[in-house]
Amino acid sequence: MADEPLLRVEDLQKSFGGVTAVDGVSMEVYPGEVHAVIGPNGAGKTTLISLLAGELRPDRGRILFGARDIARRPAHARAKLGFARSFQITSVVPGMRVLDNVMLAVLARDARSFGFWRPARNDPALIRPAVAALERVGLAEVAEERAGAVSHGEHRQLEIAMTLAAEPELLLLDEPMAGMSAEESRRMTGILEDLKGEKTMLLVEHDMDVVFALADRISVLVGGRIAASGAPEAVRADEAVRRAYLGDEAA
Amino acid sequence: MSRTVGWLLLAALAAAPPLALAAGQPFYVDILTRLVCLAAAATSLNLILGHGGMISFGHAAYIGIGAYAVGIPAYYEIYDGWLHLLLAVACSALFALATGAVALRTRGVYFIMITMAFAQMVFFAVVSIEEYGGDDGLVIDIRSEFPLVDLEDSLTLYYACFAVLLGTLYLVHRLVRSRFGMVIEGARGNERRMAALGFAFYRHRLAAYTLAGALCGLSGAMLGNFTNFISPEMMDWTRSGELIFMVVLGGTGALFGPLMGAAVFLLLEELLSGWTIYWQLPFGLLLILVVLFARGGLAGLLEGRRG
Ligand SMILES: Nc1ncnc2c1ncn2[C@@H]1O[C@H](COP(=O)(O)OP(=O)(O)OP(=O)(O)O)[C@@H](O)[C@H]1O
Ligand SMILES: [Mg+2]
Repeated sequence: MADEPLLRVEDLQKSFGGVTAVDGVSMEVYPGEVHAVIGPNGAGKTTLISLLAGELRPDRGRILFGARDIARRPAHARAKLGFARSFQITSVVPGMRVLDNVMLAVLARDARSFGFWRPARNDPALIRPAVAALERVGLAEVAEERAGAVSHGEHRQLEIAMTLAAEPELLLLDEPMAGMSAEESRRMTGILEDLKGEKTMLLVEHDMDVVFALADRISVLVGGRIAASGAPEAVRADEAVRRAYLGDEAA
Repeated sequence: MSRTVGWLLLAALAAAPPLALAAGQPFYVDILTRLVCLAAAATSLNLILGHGGMISFGHAAYIGIGAYAVGIPAYYEIYDGWLHLLLAVACSALFALATGAVALRTRGVYFIMITMAFAQMVFFAVVSIEEYGGDDGLVIDIRSEFPLVDLEDSLTLYYACFAVLLGTLYLVHRLVRSRFGMVIEGARGNERRMAALGFAFYRHRLAAYTLAGALCGLSGAMLGNFTNFISPEMMDWTRSGELIFMVVLGGTGALFGPLMGAAVFLLLEELLSGWTIYWQLPFGLLLILVVLFARGGLAGLLEGRRG
């Protein structure tokens, strides 16, 4: 693994009223690695992603990206730094075409979003990368459909296409396979395998086969705390983890 | 289909006034001038309301600001038309920028209320200035003066207003199709996703809000010239409601929607107010029907969409 972490999280905490969803989490993500976060329902995985993406502000703790503490920067500023997140529950612009959604992701990266005059929808500088991202996830055929009208599996693929089109340095993927059919899930695993090595990923996922196939490192989140962290084999062997989370599934 | 009807409507508006004069019905030129000005105002509102999802309930303030930007200089016997228009656009833009900066930090019903409150502030400010007629308003004795065009001629005035409508339509058309337009449309559809993508869309919204205000100020200046009279009543909150009505009736997403909405609005107003003093009642019913059964408004119906 590379020497310096791309992302270092220190003692991160977030409570909602009485519930401490993330409770003193510290972890590192190294450049180029796939770092999986697993844990039971309600463990705080989505909250962790939202804290990293900047949608939520932590009550305490630091998020170091390179040397900078970005824990208090807003979501859009972090996206500009190279963060891209996908949502566990699909979040797209339903009234626009599938292609438009991805073009927006390209536009966000492109930084010239204050063009007032030239038509955007036939601008090759936006269309070409958008179509490439759609092809990569296998969505090119529905590019012209309204994003609100495509199937659940296609929504999930669109989520990934949008995160890819942003050309991020760090992908924060929140259960990309959630609610997918076995077939779609296989395809998505293939896409992520493709990206492995090319992009740094923090991957939240429930499907253990996917996790063990992709992850270079696994952190187990239970009740908002990191219960174990390490190489997949070590985590698989960890007694505490087996009891707390993996159960019989890993045996 | 709605595009076709829009173009036909524009063609009719281009041709009708000389015919009305030839037929000895100058009254119709007046109605059409008012229609054209209000359609331009509604089109500017559609930029933020329809495309940006910003439901401003204070858009008539810009009609007022634009009209007073003609009336107040005229009161001091300054009739230079370019100066009037510059004042109308600049004052509207400034007011939109300042109030939008605050209002756009709120959402939903709070945004509606705060835009209305800002507009009412202008309303009461104007009411309280006795110098400019207060409640009673002010007569504009001479219209804005331009080289070569004479707005005292009703047909010339009409075509000047028509030009403002065309310019507004073209500008909004360009804006909503641009990168900027994509951003405000995306932010209307899903703020959370747009922030995650990296858009600080508050700034785009503020720019749209300011542009819409400036454009509406221009139509206000034309309306002030047409009526020869300015009063706080022009920016009453019910006026803002009428503009929203036109946009919703015509269809929020469509370029020509507000024009169609304004046309039907004025038509119904003319017909119904001749019949009954309760002419606003059928309007309310119509709006309820549109909202329940034709979300895309008239333009949506023409497209065979029901929204
Ligand atoms: N906005 C919120 N307001 C209040 N409580 C919240 C909020 N978001 C999350 N929580 C609570 O925080 C805890 C962690 O939730 P979170 O969604 O992060 O879990 P998760 O690990 O992503 O679960 P899942 O596997 O079901 O997606 C839960 O108890 C949840 O009820
Ligand atoms: Mg979750």
